[in-house]
Amino acid sequence: MTGSFDLWKLTKGVLFYALVIAIVVIAVFPFYYAILTSFKAGTDLFRINYWPTSFSLANYQSVFSQGAFPRNLLNSVFVASVTVALALFLAVTASFALSRVRFRGRGLLLMTILAVSMFPQIAVLAGLFEVIRFLGIYNTPWALIFAYTIFTLPFTVWVLTTFMRDLPVEIEEAAIVDGATPWVIITQVFMPLMWPALVTTGLLAFIAAWNEFLFALTFTVSNQTRTVPVAIALLSGGSQYEIPWGIIMAASVIVTVPLVALVLIFQRKIVSGLTAGGVKG
Amino acid sequence: MAAIELRNVKKSFGVVNVIKGVDLEVKKGEFMVFVGPSGCGKSTLLRLISGLEDITSGEMLFDGKVVNALTPSKRGIAMVFQSYALYPHMTVYENMAFGLKLEKGHSKEAIRQRVEKAADMLQIRQYLDRLPKQLSGGQRQRVAIGRAITRDPKVFLFDEPLSNLDAALRVATRIEIAKLHEEMNDVTMIYVTHDQVEAMTLADRICVLRDGLVEQVGTPMELYERPDSIFVAGFIGSPKMNFVAGEKASAFSCSTVGIRGEHMDIKPDGIWEGKVIHTENLGADSYVYLDMGQEEPVVVRHDGTTNYQSGSLVRVSPQEDRIHRFNEAGKPIR
Repeated sequence: MTGSFDLWKLTKGVLFYALVIAIVVIAVFPFYYAILTSFKAGTDLFRINYWPTSFSLANYQSVFSQGAFPRNLLNSVFVASVTVALALFLAVTASFALSRVRFRGRGLLLMTILAVSMFPQIAVLAGLFEVIRFLGIYNTPWALIFAYTIFTLPFTVWVLTTFMRDLPVEIEEAAIVDGATPWVIITQVFMPLMWPALVTTGLLAFIAAWNEFLFALTFTVSNQTRTVPVAIALLSGGSQYEIPWGIIMAASVIVTVPLVALVLIFQRKIVSGLTAGGVKG
Repeated sequence: MAAIELRNVKKSFGVVNVIKGVDLEVKKGEFMVFVGPSGCGKSTLLRLISGLEDITSGEMLFDGKVVNALTPSKRGIAMVFQSYALYPHMTVYENMAFGLKLEKGHSKEAIRQRVEKAADMLQIRQYLDRLPKQLSGGQRQRVAIGRAITRDPKVFLFDEPLSNLDAALRVATRIEIAKLHEEMNDVTMIYVTHDQVEAMTLADRICVLRDGLVEQVGTPMELYERPDSIFVAGFIGSPKMNFVAGEKASAFSCSTVGIRGEHMDIKPDGIWEGKVIHTENLGADSYVYLDMGQEEPVVVRHDGTTNYQSGSLVRVSPQEDRIHRFNEAGKPIR
């Protein structure tokens, strides 16, 4: 009896770890291969190797020397950062009102905000294009910041509203008694308590803005104003028959590194942020 | 430092009327306790005085000036909350200094002196650098009180400050609050509790509330000796006053006789007879529960530790001059 039991336990263990390995390989291998490819040069690219055999920084050099890639990278950083700052500012102030101020139509307003995120990008693309032309920000980073903020806000507002609703009312009242204005309450009392939620939503907004492609393709036309995802897609080789895999892979790795770094830095905060709503902090 | 006056103050939340017209005067430097069963509106009344809630109708005056529209900090109040409500991310020092920093016009040195003075009063000076989560419940409540003292308020409001503490700490903190009132005798204090022992021990005057109305206002001894209604008679004092109705009451020409347990004597020629249900021995004295055919058992406080067997019959007499007679409307006949 015990023998067969152990065998079953062993099988289960093996199956479990096999599954884990499969998932990790499927998730990580493409990125690993991208890194591998980005360090290859010339015809090495088309030889299939699973371990590094040669090492060359030529691809990275040509990414940075070719076209406007450094500029595109800066554009991405600028657009994503401003989007996060703007979205968090608007969301924190809005969620204070939505969670703490009693007014008529609050529930309806919350639902409307959620409804905004219901529309797919492509459905609003034409309309948004007209708005951006009207505002005169076409082909500037502000067009992207504008569009990304619109799409990020519903989620950010909802998460922060839920989080703020869970903060004890007495703390706010104590602050009111101490003579704090709503602005002081938000910045000096609530914001420090909301760091996990702010970091989580901010990071998600940053990732969304960093990766976005469709708007970036539509609202910018010149090499100088493009963000990285579009720039990578438009990287071209010597002729129309050549796809510069090495350079594309190098660019992809460069684009991924900031995200990985950010997630690692804020990892702890994210984990506590995702659970923080459930338990009173 | 402020006399508070409420004139026909009403408060409703939507269609629910919580405070139904309260007239009340609190004198300068007085310690007033609001007491009543849960849901009687005592906390709401405190919040109206604090300014955290708006008054639906009526007038609120501080030192003769209408303050209906003033924010809490403009009214010069400080409040201690049941759940402490400390700022979790600030140290004890920062918690206590927060209000002063917002007031502007205080130098850093002046703030430090005031915080330290308050901390000394409450013996929390050694905790000034700690965060609230590193303190015990009693220490946190002291910090909350300290935060209120630091601002040097004209009116000090307490919203059931002891109900989150365990029994021993509750007594200790109660004594501390009483001492505080002695030291700051020019500050008006209003204290909400549902615990009548806290009310009796702390108050200069007690305001008994019931269903959003003031039932009676008076010193603890006035309420104890001359309750204005059956409700107040039953609410003040522990154990609860006994109410005897029916024939036994008719003998005193009233509809209900109220008599406290400590004003009854067990003696062989007692006028009432009852069957012992249970005896609680508290050491110094004991409570004997008697079944006398009334709705609730009659409790007799008995000095000494004579053990009355459950089921045995005993005779008791109320002390004639301690009897409270009530008519059918629950009002006293004097």
